[in-house]
Amino acid sequence: MTRRTTLVTSMVAGAVVAAGVLAACDAKSEAQPLILATTTSTQDSGLLDVLLPRFAAAHKVQVKVIAVGTGEALAMGARGDADVLVVHARAAEDEFMAKGNGSLRLDVMYNDFLLLGPATDPAKVKGLDPVAALKRIAESGSTFVSRGDRSGTHEKELDLWQAAEVTPAGKPWYLSAGQGMGETARIATEKRGYMLADRATWLTLKQGLELVPLGEGDKRLFNPYGVIVVNQRKLPKVRGEAATAFARWLVSAETQKLIGEFGVDRFGQRLFVPDARPGPAPAAPAAP
Amino acid sequence: MSPIAEGLAQAFSLIVRGDPGLLRVIWLSLWATGIATTVAMVVGVPTGVFLALRRFPGRNLFVTFVNAGMGIPPVVVGLLVFLLLARSGPLGGLDLLYTPTAIIVAQVIIATPQVIGVTIAGIQGLDERLVLQIVSLGAGRAQLYLKLVREARVAVLAALAAGFGAIISEVGAVMMVGGNIQGQTRVMTSAIVLETRQGNFAMAIALSIVLLVIALVINGAFTWLQQRRPR
Repeated sequence: MTRRTTLVTSMVAGAVVAAGVLAACDAKSEAQPLILATTTSTQDSGLLDVLLPRFAAAHKVQVKVIAVGTGEALAMGARGDADVLVVHARAAEDEFMAKGNGSLRLDVMYNDFLLLGPATDPAKVKGLDPVAALKRIAESGSTFVSRGDRSGTHEKELDLWQAAEVTPAGKPWYLSAGQGMGETARIATEKRGYMLADRATWLTLKQGLELVPLGEGDKRLFNPYGVIVVNQRKLPKVRGEAATAFARWLVSAETQKLIGEFGVDRFGQRLFVPDARPGPAPAAPAAP
Repeated sequence: MSPIAEGLAQAFSLIVRGDPGLLRVIWLSLWATGIATTVAMVVGVPTGVFLALRRFPGRNLFVTFVNAGMGIPPVVVGLLVFLLLARSGPLGGLDLLYTPTAIIVAQVIIATPQVIGVTIAGIQGLDERLVLQIVSLGAGRAQLYLKLVREARVAVLAALAAGFGAIISEVGAVMMVGGNIQGQTRVMTSAIVLETRQGNFAMAIALSIVLLVIALVINGAFTWLQQRRPR
């Protein structure tokens, strides 16, 4: 055999083997993956990288993640472009369910926000509840650095200002950065200001910052995530059965334990607190 | 209506109404860039003339640095200024990071090499006999320099246009050292980035139109000064 025929033969053989392997993989997983629309925070934290392979192994369903903002994830669900959603905006979620766009909604977990500030704490807010703390910051005219970018964290901050009955926009002590969490924290360090940050970002960034947590643990700083199965009866293309299986798997005792342990090895504390309701889950409406 | 047409229509409405947020951002941009261009001119033009005329040890090295400076990426300048002004940095005590002053410092560092470099080229492009002629007429050094700048005004104005253009359109360094703080350090370019990211295309388009018009007007003014006949 000449060298050339050897080369061609081995290439053909290689292609056949590759095609066979691909076909085998294809047969093993189901035809279509399940589409999960979720917030960037669940994706960026690495939580999904831990959870999804386990679900895929247990249920033989691949999950394709589309990481977008909560608003966009809900819009994708309403159009039937996603099968299942993991989002954090309770009011918008309830509205989504009321419109009949979802067939099942379950609490999954929450993460929380911290009020950060300089160790000197010029407004003396340490230990206060978040609303009283913001009031005190406004009264003393201490610098507060806001994300100012319409992110989930920014919305949370605006809710708290509203609860404190303060309109911070335009005040000289209120700096609107219009940037991500990292840049905002950097500005707060330099300006010796206060800010609101989510725990995961704080734990990741705190090395380079001269900020300390001054308020945490209050229920108003919680950020609850829910899982929603898109309603197959309204949007027939949705893979209702697999999506329901995914939602139930997320709130199962085993997965809840995984969620609670996530991040402990890296940060010494958990990033998400599992809070699925114990006891029998409410019955799901039957799929058609 | 398509999103682009809709954005354009809203953008013109913002401009015509004189939206206060829009005006504030435009004013901050022009203010910072104007000061930075002036400083770059005051430092850069005499330095350029000096380097073009005088021979001294280390001159070539200096000119090499100037030429390299003309091509330095603005984000590198941003990083340098950030490290200098950060509270942990050598000038941290001044509390200047995330202030308009920090923006101006970065812009001066970006614009000055442009002004020096183009001025050197312009002065060296003059006829050497001109220098001898002016000196033989009894001019002092200051008079000589002024006369040469006047003769090379085409190049000197090009130098200022180059410096101004380099910083009015810059976004990386301005964002790093300014922080994009609303009403304080949010300039046109960084505002365009933010508004686009948030999907507020009308504001982004309005700012882009204003930025383009300003660049056209300023460069038009420089061109007019350059091209008009000497009296």
